[in-house]
Amino acid sequence: MWTTAGAQDTVAGVPARFVAAPASTEEAAAVLAAAARDDLAVVVRGGGTKLDWGVPPRRLDLIVDTRRLTGVVEHAAGDLITVVRAGTPLAALDLPGQQLALDSPLPGATVGGTVAVNTSGPRRMLYGTARDLLIGVTVVRPDGRVAHSGGKVVKNVAGYDLGKLFTGAYGTLGLVTECAFRLHPVPPVAAIVRRTAPADRIGALLAAVRAEQAVPSAVELDAPAEGEVTLAVLVEGTAAGVRDRAARLEKVLGGPATDEFPPWWGRYPWDSVGMKLTVPLSRVPDLLGLGAAVRGSAGTGVLYADVPVASAPAVVERLRAAAVRAGGHAVVLTAPPAVREVVDMWGPVAGLALMRRVKDRFDPEHRFAPGRFVGGI
Amino acid sequence: MTTLDVLAARLRAELGADRIVNDRQELRTYECDGLAHYKVVPGLVVLPRDAAECARTVRACVAAGVPYVARGSGTGLSGGALPHAEGVLIVTSRMRAIVEVAPDDERAVVEPGVINLHVTRAATPHGYYYAPDPSSQQICSIGGNVAENSGGAHCLKYGFTTNHVTGAEVVTPDGELIELGGRAPDPPGYDLLGAFVGSEGTLGIATRVTVRLTRLPESVRTLLAAFATTDQAGAATSAIIAAGVVPAAVEMMDALAIEAAEAAVACGYPPGAGAVLIVELDGPAAEVDAQFDQVTALCEANGAFELRIAADAAQRALFWKGRKSAFAAVGRISPDYIVQDGVIPRTALPEVLHRIGEVAREHGVRVANVFHAGDGNLHPLVLFDDAVPGEAGRAEEVSGAIIDLCIEYGGSITGEHGVGMDKAKYMPRMFTDDDLETMHLLRCAFDPDGLANPGKVFPTPRLCGEVPRRHRAGEPAAAELF
Repeated sequence: MWTTAGAQDTVAGVPARFVAAPASTEEAAAVLAAAARDDLAVVVRGGGTKLDWGVPPRRLDLIVDTRRLTGVVEHAAGDLITVVRAGTPLAALDLPGQQLALDSPLPGATVGGTVAVNTSGPRRMLYGTARDLLIGVTVVRPDGRVAHSGGKVVKNVAGYDLGKLFTGAYGTLGLVTECAFRLHPVPPVAAIVRRTAPADRIGALLAAVRAEQAVPSAVELDAPAEGEVTLAVLVEGTAAGVRDRAARLEKVLGGPATDEFPPWWGRYPWDSVGMKLTVPLSRVPDLLGLGAAVRGSAGTGVLYADVPVASAPAVVERLRAAAVRAGGHAVVLTAPPAVREVVDMWGPVAGLALMRRVKDRFDPEHRFAPGRFVGGI
Repeated sequence: MTTLDVLAARLRAELGADRIVNDRQELRTYECDGLAHYKVVPGLVVLPRDAAECARTVRACVAAGVPYVARGSGTGLSGGALPHAEGVLIVTSRMRAIVEVAPDDERAVVEPGVINLHVTRAATPHGYYYAPDPSSQQICSIGGNVAENSGGAHCLKYGFTTNHVTGAEVVTPDGELIELGGRAPDPPGYDLLGAFVGSEGTLGIATRVTVRLTRLPESVRTLLAAFATTDQAGAATSAIIAAGVVPAAVEMMDALAIEAAEAAVACGYPPGAGAVLIVELDGPAAEVDAQFDQVTALCEANGAFELRIAADAAQRALFWKGRKSAFAAVGRISPDYIVQDGVIPRTALPEVLHRIGEVAREHGVRVANVFHAGDGNLHPLVLFDDAVPGEAGRAEEVSGAIIDLCIEYGGSITGEHGVGMDKAKYMPRMFTDDDLETMHLLRCAFDPDGLANPGKVFPTPRLCGEVPRRHRAGEPAAAELF
């Protein structure tokens, strides 16, 4: 059912004893039922691109690897939906003429890992995130039982939407084995309009872009720790439509339209200490000039920060204070052990008592990714 | 004194007499929601003025072990707000403040009793609107929309309530006020807000809701296309989707639904049509114009015999009038009717319509079809006359058979009206026992006593029980963690 772990089978520095790689929901259920019997602590691994995120597990026995749990189960093009196994790399999805509109900031990320952490990229502005695109989910619970919620149709309000609960849960509630997603057509034409300006102009430029009825797919910002800030606005659509919209945005931004994405587009900015900062739209400028390079979706209020290791605790606190003051959140996604020891990774979390109760019901023995999530969940 | 009498006295003392309704005649006015054939007179009605009063009411119910049901405008069509005879009905109609419209943040903060359309009205002067638009948007409340995860004609492109609510202040089933989400995206932790929206009042009561506002589109263009058959209209819809166009809305009505709408609101749809499609595109003008020509051509290629293009907002409103009044309009051609709500994969539309027709003929009842064709959400209206013995029963059978068809074709038992009281019995046809038991885990986390809207959504009451916890050395106590 599982094999002995190798030297590379660690999660945030914690070594596992065993590794299992089930190839189906049924096999996964058998593995997890056995793990429950043997009281094993479990962490799920997809592409392994975010194993250094979150807090190291309090204990770890078994890594459940989804690399054999791959493939498109169904692509109903006429219904604009697909059903995909969780271990499928996002980049491997081949859906002719259509797309699962989820960006993959870390190359190699799987569908399941993207859902488990709810990662997103520039185009979340138009299409939403995994929680918005996921219409059905199959999971294996920590006790080995298989459950579904949602379905294969976009419009569906039957029963609780457990997909939302599992999205962004960092694998603490069970194993996601299959996901049904809403798809979008691939727009034929795209253009990017760019403008670099001093930080104190950014608020006004963002407001001007919002006021223009150009319906951007993304409004991205790239700000080095000091110096001028670049905005890049993506429009997608028909040839005639994109030409017109890009021309209008050129006027609003005072910068050129091209069909070339900037090299930093959709990539996290950090080397070592990475943060996710979210604020209300009008407060995005509050996050500039605080001692960290920031980049991300200014159009939705989601930025990522590259915190210098040397000044990490102070800069983390400064960014967190700014985000919280603005009514937002600041999470340290990844950091080397020395930094983890001195910073609060998650920051303030509202509703924590209720979250613990959810965890207690789904994973009463706290065997799934114990300690990886908010408040030690 | 009964438990309810004691509870009424306590709430009267705590909140004031004007918050309490326990006169039998007055209680009767709350006996049903929009699904009027289920009627239960509530034991007591409470009309809180604010979140604190709502929380106190819930705490009093919990202390007394009395079930409670939340109600907004009472327009729900699945009996989700059907009262409990020995319980309290908490009505949010006095919580109607639009707390804030913040166009710079693209958000509005409203109380749960605020009418859906009023959010859009408040936002429009700033160039924004609230996208989810259930047909009842002139009277339904945001709190009810949150409970039901309401959709509407435009959710094909813009999504549902769950995609447009970013925060809620909630009274949990143990009477605590908590904040889920807010004005900023992606709060850390479990997406409890995502779980809460659409939970039909079984996980608590929203007392304040933060919604996303959407920039008004520069251009809206609306097309009314008449076809000889629903097959043709379905094929045209498929062709539009296949061409990579995502219209704001694609709505279909069949001949009987058109007949009813004409009788009720004289919408002037093309005579002789076996089906009409309303296709609406919105967005930047240049984009809409390019796609509108494409859509027009596809309708013609699939047999549309008449195309009307709305010249202005008034004509667009007329196109929509027939569609939005369709449910009520059916009253003109039939004394009684059942509104069904089911979903099928859109591509199965022609086949399922034929099978609905067969079932209707076998049972000798008529079915008028109105639907959100773009996303396969059917609203068959099963017509009957309660005065004719046996007809109501046959209509019920047809209505149930339609739900079976939706499940058979891989769809859903409800697209937007909710499970409520009405469809709890169908849940085991769509979900396994393990599926339902897993959903129940969430319910138990929120409401271990099962007092929040009991008897809705799930077919059989289940007890929660204690969480079996093994003590584990080395696990820090909750208090030690941030």
